[in-house]
Amino acid sequence: MTKHIKIIKRSISEYSAISLAFLCLLLLCTGCDNSPWNNPYPNQDSAKNIYYDSFSERPKHLDPVSSYSSNEYVFLGQIYEPPLQYHFLKRPYELIPLTATGLPKPQYFDKEGKLLEEDANPENIDRVKYKVSIKPDILYQPHPAFAKNASGKYLYHDLNAKKLSNIHSLSDFDTVGTRKLLAIDYVYQIKRMAHPRVHSPISGLMAKYILGLDEFAAKLSAVEKDKPGSSFIDLNDYDLPGARVIDDTTFEITLSQKYPQFLYWLSMSFFAPMPWEAEYFYSQEGMTEKNITLDWYPVGTGPFMLSENNPNLRMVLERNPNFRGEAFPSEGESGDQESGLLADAGKKMPFIDKAIYSLEKESIPAWNKFLQGYYDTSGIVSDSFDQAVQFNLQGDAELTDEMQEKGIRLLTAVTTSTSYMGFNMADEVIGGDSERARLLRRAISITVDYEEYISIFANGRGKPAQGPIPPGIFGNVQGETGINPYVYQWQGDKPVRHSIEQAKELLAQAGYPDGRDKINGKQLVLNLDSPAAGPGSKASFDWMRKQFAKLGINLVIRATDYNRFQEKMRKGTAQIFQWGWNADYPDPENFFFLLYGPNAKIGHNGENAANYKNAEFDELFNQMKSMSNSTERQVVIDKMVEIVRRDAPWLWGFHPVGFSLHHQWYKNAKPNLMANNKLKYKRIEPRLRTENRTLWNQPVWWPIALLIILTIILLLPAIISYRRKETESIL
Amino acid sequence: MISYILRRIAYAFPILVGVNIITFVLFFVVNTPDDMARMQLGMKRVNDAAITKWKEERGYDKPILWNSSAESAEKITDTIFFQNSVKLFVFDFGRSDSGRDIGHDISQRMWPSLAITVPSLILGLLAYISFGLTLAFFRGSYVDVSGVILCVIMMSISGLFYIIGGQYLIGKFLHLVPISGYDTGVNAIKFTILPILIGLIGGIGASTRWYRTIFLEEMGKDYVRTAKAKGLSETRVLYHHVLMNGLIPILTGVVVILPSLFIGSLIVESFFAIPGLGSYTIDAISRQDFAIVRSMVFLGSVLYIIGLILTDISYTLVDPRVRLN
Repeated sequence: MTKHIKIIKRSISEYSAISLAFLCLLLLCTGCDNSPWNNPYPNQDSAKNIYYDSFSERPKHLDPVSSYSSNEYVFLGQIYEPPLQYHFLKRPYELIPLTATGLPKPQYFDKEGKLLEEDANPENIDRVKYKVSIKPDILYQPHPAFAKNASGKYLYHDLNAKKLSNIHSLSDFDTVGTRKLLAIDYVYQIKRMAHPRVHSPISGLMAKYILGLDEFAAKLSAVEKDKPGSSFIDLNDYDLPGARVIDDTTFEITLSQKYPQFLYWLSMSFFAPMPWEAEYFYSQEGMTEKNITLDWYPVGTGPFMLSENNPNLRMVLERNPNFRGEAFPSEGESGDQESGLLADAGKKMPFIDKAIYSLEKESIPAWNKFLQGYYDTSGIVSDSFDQAVQFNLQGDAELTDEMQEKGIRLLTAVTTSTSYMGFNMADEVIGGDSERARLLRRAISITVDYEEYISIFANGRGKPAQGPIPPGIFGNVQGETGINPYVYQWQGDKPVRHSIEQAKELLAQAGYPDGRDKINGKQLVLNLDSPAAGPGSKASFDWMRKQFAKLGINLVIRATDYNRFQEKMRKGTAQIFQWGWNADYPDPENFFFLLYGPNAKIGHNGENAANYKNAEFDELFNQMKSMSNSTERQVVIDKMVEIVRRDAPWLWGFHPVGFSLHHQWYKNAKPNLMANNKLKYKRIEPRLRTENRTLWNQPVWWPIALLIILTIILLLPAIISYRRKETESIL
Repeated sequence: MISYILRRIAYAFPILVGVNIITFVLFFVVNTPDDMARMQLGMKRVNDAAITKWKEERGYDKPILWNSSAESAEKITDTIFFQNSVKLFVFDFGRSDSGRDIGHDISQRMWPSLAITVPSLILGLLAYISFGLTLAFFRGSYVDVSGVILCVIMMSISGLFYIIGGQYLIGKFLHLVPISGYDTGVNAIKFTILPILIGLIGGIGASTRWYRTIFLEEMGKDYVRTAKAKGLSETRVLYHHVLMNGLIPILTGVVVILPSLFIGSLIVESFFAIPGLGSYTIDAISRQDFAIVRSMVFLGSVLYIIGLILTDISYTLVDPRVRLN
């Protein structure tokens, strides 16, 4: 008995000693520093003026003439500076100068070169000229492409594979330089739209407007054939009639027709300046093999420069030391003063020194890191929606108690985009201009209850659409006069969908009483073509079938992969489909062109996915697109909206409402769906952030200690038993 | 042995050609060069001229497998398949469809993968062998029975559960390590702890049961009985005899996966935002970047073949009875 007790005592003492040592080690580690252990950033950065955010999809292009994606604009918008920008605070969205000295005014000329009045008939206009003057003394970011030696010779313009042997990234070049922004850089960039190696997505569109761009592209293609590999083509050697330099700070763009929306394009990075030195630098032998390209390392004049480009890990923007500074706006829309958005009015921007964007492919880790304070802002994915947001009795979204306790703020805004369901107008059952098809489409429009769809599948984050134009864009009419009378009626203070009986009546008039063909008695079968597949989409497909079943229509889901779906759309073999559009600029033309006949997918490979064609609508479109915002333009727009509502080529769907969250230390937050250069307005209070991070992220040790103790307790009897067995004698 | 190895290397060539053909056919059944061009150029306002130009630049304007308009050997060589495949055999991976040098990317991204897979393998081996030995040691006792039940339960749980649960428990609830992310140099350590730990826990069930079985089999052999009859203690028998002999199948099983460690883990790298080759492959698939997919599949095949050859060699090293002829 005594022997057994000794064994037990020895075992306990040995294991207790080990456990104690382990716990001491842990405590020692925790005592080292008060900063959180789960901090994904270096502790010495905690007090720094750094903005933290995440991105889920790596940018494909960082060349401003190729990039056409919002996830790329997050970076490009801060680096490159086109002539114009959107006012950060004012609504409706307003263009203001960025590097330009003022908004360029179009000058209209007829065939004889005679200057025309501003309100001249567009048919008489042969040329439109925009003279753009840029501010003097704007400097490029430090970059090796500009580096020169004492005698003024470029240091890195004669590179080859041998000289690049120790160069692996842009930061490996020892010397950097800069130079002034010149008008020629803007002209150079416009010429790059036609560069055969660059692939600008808007080259086709711009060729319709910028004088001589098509011919210029053909000329460059011929030049390229004589140039081996990726060798440099100096675009300054070739003239483009539609873009010419007047002097160092002035350039002129000539369009071949009236196009008032062109000014909006001047606020996009396609029209950002490109110094020839940069293109020359990157085109040298051996650079592409090192992955040092203009598509990877931007060169701009903006408030930030890309100091680390590792899209597999993080993208880092740092303050451009050569940035001239820009004042925070001193006026906004009503309510901005009260909400503190003008507190920084007149102060020099940018406010932050660095922005770190970390790659987060999965939404759950990104959301949890936001809650821990390691990201300053976050969107809300469906999985986390209930944790973050609740709707009050009035139906307004508000933050949950958990979010409010953390001081998190919520911002919502109806996006300038539309998510719709289209009918292929080339389809013989659902499409066409016949009254039968029109009534059928209208019946379906009433039946598919988008209010319910938004509630179930978008967590209430949507506004049912009354037509193609989203709120916030000129032409959108709110209130009773703005409803789609073919689908809604005004009751009290809100639109209410027509009854299902009315839809059935329309269906009967179309020749399908109770969803059956009145000639052969067969049930009407329609097909929804979708690239979505798998269990995640099943619920929405079931819901959609249920909607059509209300009319007795059998909806068949033809799910396919994305490539085949795109092919169906191009060939016009889809019947019903779901689609969307995000505004390039805040003008109704950017939505109506989705229904413009000559933009049809079939035959034109355009953006008119429904292949809708209506001569009256097309004529009005041509009239509307060259008008400036006015009462007359609104009248034309109203007519166009009425036509498409009557023809119903789309179920108008809904305009998504964007929800974003930010922490209390993040200042100057206001949704701006048009501007891409918003980083310079952001301000951070690092001290408050550090305090909260420390408070929210203290290591919790007791479960680990508990686990160790439990393991010891469980193993102890076995160990004792073993030791007893080992020390037992046979006799 | 050298002739054996050379023969195995020679056998590898037709295997690699076959793998290449299968990858090629599967990829192009789902994606046409037009689809790839659209994916790279973006979906908005892309015109046919841009697509044609993109295909021309990358050689995707050629016939896929057979060029009937070409002369003699060019019927085979002037095709997308030949042009894209033949350079792989000298490990010239070429450029990705987005224009980046694939070899350079691989050389950069294999290190984060190795930072996760190598410690996972070493620590996993130590842990699984220890657990396997412990269960074998306590065979038939409540420790063994409950351990086996626990292993079966752990085997039955999805790997995703360990990842999400681990991130929630250790990263979010206990605040001990970052939930996700990565860094370079020494700073990478704190980011690797959680994925390594989760990888280790996720593998406990299956590996411990397997190692337990190996050790139990060894413990039933005659030499163990002889050792015990000589009066050796249970621990001495276990650690000096059973463990050494049990390591032979374990070692050969490990050698086969050694080269594959470079490839990394697709799911773990994605969830923990680790910039390794696993996430590189996943990204390429989602972006329809055939050049990267083809290169990674080829590299994976080569590494697997190397693993098999190394396994054969390791047999001769750990078991003197085996000879390669």
